[in-house]
Order: sequence, then structure tokens, then C-alpha cells
Amino acid sequence: MEVTELDKKIIRLLQEDLPICAEPYKQIAKELAMEEEELLNKIQQYVDYGIIRRLGAVLRHRKAGITANAMVVWGVESPRIAEVGKSMAMFPEVTHCYERSTYPDWPYNLFTMIHANSKEDCYEIADKLSKTFDISNYQLLFSSEELKKTSMKYF
Amino acid sequence: MDLLDKKLLTMIQSDFPVANKPYQVIGDMLDISEAEVIDRIKRLKEAGIIRRIGGVFDSRKLGYYSTLCALKVSEEEIEKIAAIVNAIPGVTHNYVRNHAYNMWFTLIGPSKEEVDNTIKDLKRKIKVKEIMNLPAVNFFKVRVKFDLYQQCK
Repeated sequence: MEVTELDKKIIRLLQEDLPICAEPYKQIAKELAMEEEELLNKIQQYVDYGIIRRLGAVLRHRKAGITANAMVVWGVESPRIAEVGKSMAMFPEVTHCYERSTYPDWPYNLFTMIHANSKEDCYEIADKLSKTFDISNYQLLFSSEELKKTSMKYF
Repeated sequence: MDLLDKKLLTMIQSDFPVANKPYQVIGDMLDISEAEVIDRIKRLKEAGIIRRIGGVFDSRKLGYYSTLCALKVSEEEIEKIAAIVNAIPGVTHNYVRNHAYNMWFTLIGPSKEEVDNTIKDLKRKIKVKEIMNLPAVNFFKVRVKFDLYQQCK
């Protein structure tokens, strides 16, 4: 899908905060001087095309009680990486799963994020994954401080 | 938060209704009034549990390029360097983590060239030799939705 100037205008507003009133889209449509129905069609199109990955509430997960998050990095033999990556992604505790390049002092090529209620739970989940996939070369990196967390502003 | 809050939060993290009266649609699903949905969401926002309601976009589908960077920073310099890193608009997340590579940030930009240049500039500004640049080469999953409701059962 080609992103037009109108799309950019809409995206600029949708990456902000939806008004909490009975008809929030009507309000946005008014700001954009377009019909509400046209705006709803556009938004549905973004969702269908995956341009909007997710429409809804972005939580401060620490405040919502999800207190522990670990970045678990795995050293997976290259021939297995696609299979392991796809399978790990199926675990509900794993919220992100990516393959990334390695460096001489960084041998880990598979990155997963695990969210749980405690550090102990994170260790347990990592241990379970390690046994399931027979990968012993891994590390848990816990965040001790959040220095920045915002949503990207496009266009 | 009561159980209904948790149910509501679990529900509205994705598939927020694209409809004339979205809060009415949510209310119908939870068997509560539109006014109650609005009240609860307002309260959860004031409490800081909801950061915002809106779209989370796929940077690649918008033609943007993203990467994860890591660097080694001494304890004393974390604050100073974080201020410089965080001032870059494309840096959306930055965490201190328990590893020799202790500062981890995500960087999004309009193209690979711009992102590479940003990293080069940053290296010069903070006077470090190496920033580990780890763009994803394969995406298996991105899903930040937390089931707060299941946890209570």
C-alpha cells in the first residue's frame, strides 16, 4: 500500500492519543476535515494491511503488575535458527522473537523478550525453553532502569 | 484494579473497535454501559496504567528502518550518556541491563543510511569506540499484549 499525504496526516493523529469520548473517530475526522466513515475505512485498511500492528491501549506494564521482563539471548546454531525462532515465538510468555547478527564478543543470534510476574518466573521460563530446544548457551538480561520509553512519531 | 478492569485492559490492548462508538462496542462485549467503559478507561489512564490509546505502527511497512544498539558505559557516565542518547527522536526505548553491554536502546529512522549516520554521530559525541548495532535479520514475533485476566484465574 502506498502511503499518501492524507495517510500521513491520519497516521500523525493515530500515533497520538485517541480521545476518550463517545465518538472519538468523529472528533479526529473533524480535525482532518474528512468524513468519519472515510476515516474509519482508512483505519480498517491500515489494520488489514498490517500498517497498524496493533490498535488499542499501550500499557505501562510495570504499573499493570507485569513487573519482570527479561531479554533472553540465545546462541543457536545457524541451520536451526529459523525452526527454533518460529517455535519459540509460539510460547505465550515470549512477546518478541528476532534473529540478529552476532559480533566477536556477542555470540547470541536469537533475541526473545519474556514478560512475567517475577524474576524467578523469567528464569524458570528460560530454563524450560533451554531444555525444550536443547540450547545451553543463553543469558538473561534484566532491565534495572528504564531510561526512555515512548512511541515513535512517524512523518 | 478490579477483575473487570483487568478484563477490560486485556481486551483493549489490541483490536480496539474501528466503529462510530467504540466504547459502546466494548461495553456491549463486557455487559456494562458505554459510560462505565469511558469512566474506567479514564481512571486507568489517570493512574498511569494506560500510557495511551492509539495505533502502534509497523515501522517497516511505513518505509522506516529500525535497529537495536548496545554499548558499554561506566556507572558514573550512565546519566550523562543517557541524556545524549535519549535526545535522539528515533530512540524509543532505552534500558540499563545487567551485562558488560549495559545500555540497550532501539533506534528508528527513515532509512538505513540515516540510522547508520545517527549512530556514527552518536559515537563521536559520546566518545565511545564501539556501539554494537544489531538490526533484526528475521522477525519471528512481535506481540506486546499482556493477559492480565488469565493471571487472576
